[in-house]
Amino acid sequence: MVKQVLLGVVLLLSSLVVRAELLIQVTQGVDAPTPVAVVPFGWDGELLGDDIAQIVSDDLGRSGFFKMMKRENMLSTPRSKEQIFFRDWRVSGSDYLVVGSLSPAADGQITATVELYDVLKEQQVWSETVNGNSANLRDVAHYISDQIFQQLTGIKGAFSTRVVYVTAEMLGKNKYRYRLQMADSDGARPRTILESKEPILSPTWSKDGSKLAYVSFESTRPSIYVQHLATGQRQRIQSFKGLNGAPAWSPNGDKLALVLSKDGNPEVYVLTLATGQLDRITRHYGIDTEPTWAPDGESLLFTSDRGGMPQIYSLHLPTRDLKRLTFEGRYNSRGRLTQDGRFLTMVHQDSSGFHIAVQDLKTGRLDILTSTGLDESPTIAPNGSIILYATKKGGRGVLAGVSLDGRVRFTMPNTRGDVREPAWSPYLQ
Amino acid sequence: MRVSNAAKAISLALSVAWVVGCSSPSTLTDGSGSSSTDNGSATTYGSGSGSGVNGSGVGGSVDVANLQTVFYFDFDASSVRSDSIADLEAHAQYLATHPTASVRLEGHADERGTREYNMALAERRAKSVERFLAINGVNGVQVESISYGEEKPAVMGSAEGSLSQNRRVELKYEAR
Repeated sequence: MVKQVLLGVVLLLSSLVVRAELLIQVTQGVDAPTPVAVVPFGWDGELLGDDIAQIVSDDLGRSGFFKMMKRENMLSTPRSKEQIFFRDWRVSGSDYLVVGSLSPAADGQITATVELYDVLKEQQVWSETVNGNSANLRDVAHYISDQIFQQLTGIKGAFSTRVVYVTAEMLGKNKYRYRLQMADSDGARPRTILESKEPILSPTWSKDGSKLAYVSFESTRPSIYVQHLATGQRQRIQSFKGLNGAPAWSPNGDKLALVLSKDGNPEVYVLTLATGQLDRITRHYGIDTEPTWAPDGESLLFTSDRGGMPQIYSLHLPTRDLKRLTFEGRYNSRGRLTQDGRFLTMVHQDSSGFHIAVQDLKTGRLDILTSTGLDESPTIAPNGSIILYATKKGGRGVLAGVSLDGRVRFTMPNTRGDVREPAWSPYLQ
Repeated sequence: MRVSNAAKAISLALSVAWVVGCSSPSTLTDGSGSSSTDNGSATTYGSGSGSGVNGSGVGGSVDVANLQTVFYFDFDASSVRSDSIADLEAHAQYLATHPTASVRLEGHADERGTREYNMALAERRAKSVERFLAINGVNGVQVESISYGEEKPAVMGSAEGSLSQNRRVELKYEAR
């Protein structure tokens, strides 16, 4: 008995130690971003389409954990360890240094050899050789960013992920063009997945990253579609009279939560994809919408105005126990949970408008992360580091990012029209 | 003239009460809580009982082509406004006397608040008009309500003038 208790204590302690290390790194990184220099990679061939070192530097800088050294401040451009004068980099304040070189390989391939050094210890932290072709150098760059991020923070990098979003252009009176687009996590390489004269909204990824569900009005009525990304094939999943909206994939991918108003007013349902079985989850004359799954698949969170104002509720599916989660403010809607289920991000209204907020479900503490007044559609990176959301800049819809602690902010490069409804992919294979 | 106006006013008031009464769980008050009035937008389309709406009972005499077809709503509210009633009654009269005619009611919201929630709110507006038509004698099969949420704004922009023009239900004849 005593032995067991002791064992328990030891296990607890050791897990605490591991966590503490992780936490300290993260906190330090964010309180005072770790200075890192990514030196331009050596390459003797013709000019390449993409600058891998610059993409890596931009990725790491955007994460908020690091302060990246500008190229013009670099005293030298070493390509490998023997060319590094560690003292120079120490003096210029870099804690870590990334050097690399590219060389041509067979079949038009390019080989990148990358090394990460701890400047103070003058030691190599990580090194890897990555192959790619000149058409996918961005994939190579994001892969390298992921490795460096994980080495330095202990958190899995999410730079190799993708983001889908909707763009809308008003071409004339009652004439619109809507596009569902997919881009790299940094907004580069956007490509169109669907184009329509009628609205597209609520895109959402399946947990394995192979499919998207979304709402399209292309038949002049709202319908839910599922599209396979590899083939472009798609099926219309749900098209009842009234609303067909807000699809949300269950964690294991076999079910889709959605909103239908076929029974009179908006209610949350769960559709089992293999059988087509539809289970009604909510029963209330108010608006019930915007379902999202808890990571364990046991609960559904949704927005409801059953209390008079929209607030976020959680319904435990096995017991049907209902719990209200948000109490601060008059308007809290469209929740999304971090992968560990601890933090709930949502749209929160205060006297200055609609903002992105995050609530710690353990402590109940709510933090408002943004100060612009028309912020919506928060979506969380799979590693929980950044929330991407839609906002307005100069009267136009753009995407912006904020770290969960509100310290890091960025705006995504904008193309044409209004950009809205971002959805961050899971980790992709 | 006076009498008929008074009678009309009473019947309007009654239908307002009815619609408000049955438009389910109250209104959605949201943050700022101010219920704004948007006369600007309503006047654009002419308010009240203009154009050929005198005929009562003589169905065929209603000229729907001249009626208002866009009906505006107060901020975060889904009840039919009093300046919509005369023309909606005329549409109802036409539909009730033309059983083969049908309409599509397209509900819209302004850009504030989340998109799927606004989809639900705009549907509530369309259904509010649908109920108004139903209590004025229109058969349910003649009416279809569709919600576009905030996805198809009538005008771009975030000023209240734009927002009030976007909170609307558009009545479109599919068959006359």
